[in-house]
Amino acid sequence: MNIISALFSNSGGIHPDDAKKTTAALPSVVAPIPPLLAVSLAQHLGAPSKTLVKKGDTVLRGQPIADSAGFVSARVHAPTSGKIVSVGLRMTASGRTAPVIEIESDGQDQPFTTEPPAGDWTTLPPRELIERIHQAGIIGMGGAGFPTQVKLSPPPGKTIQTLILNGAECEPFLTADHRLMVEQAEAIIAGIRVLQHIFKDARVRIAVEDNKPDALAALAQAADILTGDVQMVRLRTAYPQGAEKQLIYSITGREVPSGGLPMDVQTLVENVATVQAIGDAVIRGFPLIERVLTVTGPAITQPRNIRARIGTPFSDLIAFCGGPRGPIGRLICGGPLMGIAQSGLAGAVTKTTSGLLVLPPEREAPFSSMPCISCGRCVDACPIRLLPCTLSETSEAEQDTAAEDLKVMDCIECGCCAYVCPARRPLVQHMRRAKARVQILRKQREAQKKKQPV
Amino acid sequence: MNMPPASEWLINSSPHVRANDSVSRIMGRVLIALIPALGAAVWFFGWNALRLTLACTVTCVLAEWASRTLMKRDRGINDLSAAVTGVLLALNLPPQLPTWMAVLGSLVAIVIAKQLYGGIGYNLFNPALIGRTFLLVSFPVAMTTWMAPSVFPWADAITTATPLGIWKTALNATQHAPPDFFQQFSVSDLLTGNRPGCLGETCSLGLLLGAAYLLITRCITWHIPFSMLFTIALGATILYKMDPTQNLPPHYQLLTGGVLLGAFFMATDMVTTPVTRPGMILFGIGCGLITLVIRKWGGYPEGVSFSILIMNSLTPLINRLARSRVFGHAPQSKPA
Amino acid sequence: MDAVLIQTIIIGLTGLLCGAILAIAAHFLSVYEDPRIEKVTALLPGINCGGCGYTGCSDYAKAIVTQSVPINSCKPGGAETVLSLATALSVQAVATERQVALVLCNGDDTYAVRTATYNGIADCLAAEFVSGSGKGCRYGCMGLGSCSRVCPVQAIRIEQGLAIVDPALCIACGKCVTACPRTLIKLIPESRSIHVLCRSQDRGPDVKKVCSVGCIACTICVKTCNGQGITMEGQLAVVDYSVPLDVDAVVEKCPAHTIHKRSGLKPGNPA
Repeated sequence: MNIISALFSNSGGIHPDDAKKTTAALPSVVAPIPPLLAVSLAQHLGAPSKTLVKKGDTVLRGQPIADSAGFVSARVHAPTSGKIVSVGLRMTASGRTAPVIEIESDGQDQPFTTEPPAGDWTTLPPRELIERIHQAGIIGMGGAGFPTQVKLSPPPGKTIQTLILNGAECEPFLTADHRLMVEQAEAIIAGIRVLQHIFKDARVRIAVEDNKPDALAALAQAADILTGDVQMVRLRTAYPQGAEKQLIYSITGREVPSGGLPMDVQTLVENVATVQAIGDAVIRGFPLIERVLTVTGPAITQPRNIRARIGTPFSDLIAFCGGPRGPIGRLICGGPLMGIAQSGLAGAVTKTTSGLLVLPPEREAPFSSMPCISCGRCVDACPIRLLPCTLSETSEAEQDTAAEDLKVMDCIECGCCAYVCPARRPLVQHMRRAKARVQILRKQREAQKKKQPV
Repeated sequence: MNMPPASEWLINSSPHVRANDSVSRIMGRVLIALIPALGAAVWFFGWNALRLTLACTVTCVLAEWASRTLMKRDRGINDLSAAVTGVLLALNLPPQLPTWMAVLGSLVAIVIAKQLYGGIGYNLFNPALIGRTFLLVSFPVAMTTWMAPSVFPWADAITTATPLGIWKTALNATQHAPPDFFQQFSVSDLLTGNRPGCLGETCSLGLLLGAAYLLITRCITWHIPFSMLFTIALGATILYKMDPTQNLPPHYQLLTGGVLLGAFFMATDMVTTPVTRPGMILFGIGCGLITLVIRKWGGYPEGVSFSILIMNSLTPLINRLARSRVFGHAPQSKPA
Repeated sequence: MDAVLIQTIIIGLTGLLCGAILAIAAHFLSVYEDPRIEKVTALLPGINCGGCGYTGCSDYAKAIVTQSVPINSCKPGGAETVLSLATALSVQAVATERQVALVLCNGDDTYAVRTATYNGIADCLAAEFVSGSGKGCRYGCMGLGSCSRVCPVQAIRIEQGLAIVDPALCIACGKCVTACPRTLIKLIPESRSIHVLCRSQDRGPDVKKVCSVGCIACTICVKTCNGQGITMEGQLAVVDYSVPLDVDAVVEKCPAHTIHKRSGLKPGNPA
């Protein structure tokens, strides 16, 4: 398979030190199954799954323990065999409380089903393939956690012409997708074949940043078995190259309209890990119960790429990597630019956990309350072409209508603005706050409108 | 496993890494970039350059510290912005200005033009230029008495006029360009700084060296200085082509007065200039145009300070008008 | 002399002309306003808190006069205002009891755990995106003062990471109620004195991990008052302010010291 370069270049963006050298060449290792697993029921976007088990039940590996609770929701499976010790609200890696099922492992890791799905999957209609994906509890593993079956079922009238495989992994430090592409290229390509069966006429673009030549080569070699319009795309290394809208623009030159979805520009983007999970689910009948993630950062003894079961507590992962090296200052779930700071060790691996970043304490707090000096660096860095400096000031002054006019709702919270800000202003937090306030404002307007006819 | 208590962990909104830059670092680089111009000032104007720079910088830093303490603002003076204001103000003063005037100008710059507006980030006008303009209108004679440059002069030297001053006076008096003007001020004198003028504006080479440093370290972008210089060069060329006897040639327009100091160090002040690239270009064009208009038709021989101050006042408007199309929005999308 | 005279005449005439234009404009461009609106506005407190749902006192006055909306919506004015309005407009109205805001959390930094150090915007809504500013309790007051900033009369202060309303100053405008992202603030009748100062829906053991004064859902209070005045809502005891409740025993028997007796007019002191 030949490799082409991306045709379009995004505005804005930053070039942080990618810090991937530490773990890029380390093969992923399988983490031991911890004695206690905490499986969140709100790993995906949408309604939290409704539990199918209760305290005291015994479950087997791959057994569904919670089912979709709506159209935009996802199934959850037991990551190993054992006993349910609690079902209840817990702090999760997302920084919010969510229903969590705690499973005490019995150490046997007995599977729920052993037989692969019967029949030839290539003869099945797309509807059934999507149902298998739904049954396997697959969600977008790049970070957003959007239930995949929903994404694969565009409403009538919407077509998918371009299928983009997102192997950009533009977040610094993280190498989980990178290792997956190198080690599991065939499995990823198998997933693409499934997607090609669902969207028969779609062209396929496999996009990888040019700082991962081995991943590009591995995928290019494995992709030779694919038929149809398939191409490898080499992306310029930049952040946020792997953000959905930016990636679509890089490859197709089309902008997803404000408030719209990729399907509005006839495009579907799937993360490489998700695609691998799709292949495993449809061809081999495996539910999504494990993923590859990177545990790294200056404050961890032995950085590693790890294949871990969903629900593995962060404390077990840190212990598996030799424990902390010196004091921990911050523990980040995900990458350094969009990850979530943990307020404790209560978190556990979810389907969207791409990494765990262990940072030492710093001399200076990351954010200050210094005023904006209007240098305009955030304006240059914003890939959406917003005015983060002005928006942070409207947020401080609580001018929500002004923020709305400045299109704050289009912000993708990529963090470029706060990364470059010399005044160290918490710009992303201002954006989130402004967005929340605009949403409240819109709700009030709706309520007002409903009142008026009376 | 030895795990420190989580209560000492820091939680903050993403991102968790930051570019290694800060306001004090930017201000520090501006100070470094001013060293060549300052060196040239000391070389040609001697003790006076040191005296005024010291007076302005010390007054500015002290005034900043005092106002912040009095206004109970928590931020310290370690962002170096007051020092930058002080040095810039000094470089915008004629060499023989009495020290007390420089101190007064510094107080106006920091207390009135900066801290009364709310401190760093909130001032509408460039504080150093406000200080200079205040002195110019308050003490017009002292602010337009110039000293002839010589090599590190210890005593006060002969007073003279600036190139632009000589040009304007001659035109006003005789309707003709001054004789021997181009012999009196050769291009090499303009480049090295061997000409009368404000302390920091004379040595074009030093200013360009500093500007290159600022551009390389990305403290400033090319947009404002280059659009301003380009506008002046273009306008000057047109005027010169129309009537070479009444107008200075473009390279003289660029190298005399405070054009280089203004374009690279004053018009690039982040707080008082637009944030978007198109806005910056508009700002630069405006500065260039107003400078030319004041030089050609105005009462003052030089107009850089006024042009930047006028454009400062237009900055909020430019920020509103010169915005880029937001990703995913149609070109003429209007707020709903 | 002539010059002075001419100038005086010109300026005088200009002044007269302008005055005449203004007088004509005032006559022809004037908008008729019901004189009662002005009268009603004068009777209102004039602090423009917006607690009535209108933008300021004159807007409410306009609504009273033109749309005949109920006259008892002004919370700061209380019974006196209702009475004077009723007399002025010769209508009947029932004065409602004065209300005060109450923060339904008692977990200050002495009692409630903070699991991490927060570095970010000092605003409760903004901190909700950062693990709730590290407050161990997901329901409790984060103490970043969003309520005190919107309070028009500075009745809310933050002490040891907890918002406390001074009932004597509170005008019950309700701004803090909407400002709190955790909906911890409630307007309660001034005379009521027994309150459950907790909003946690967590189970008892989970509450105990993060706060020593949180409601552990032991239901002792409900039993003590026979369900009259305090009911369980999920994992939380809630005072029903529509039912009179004057049993000091519930305060004494609460094992977690979540229930407090706090008179309306005095700022409370945590047990």
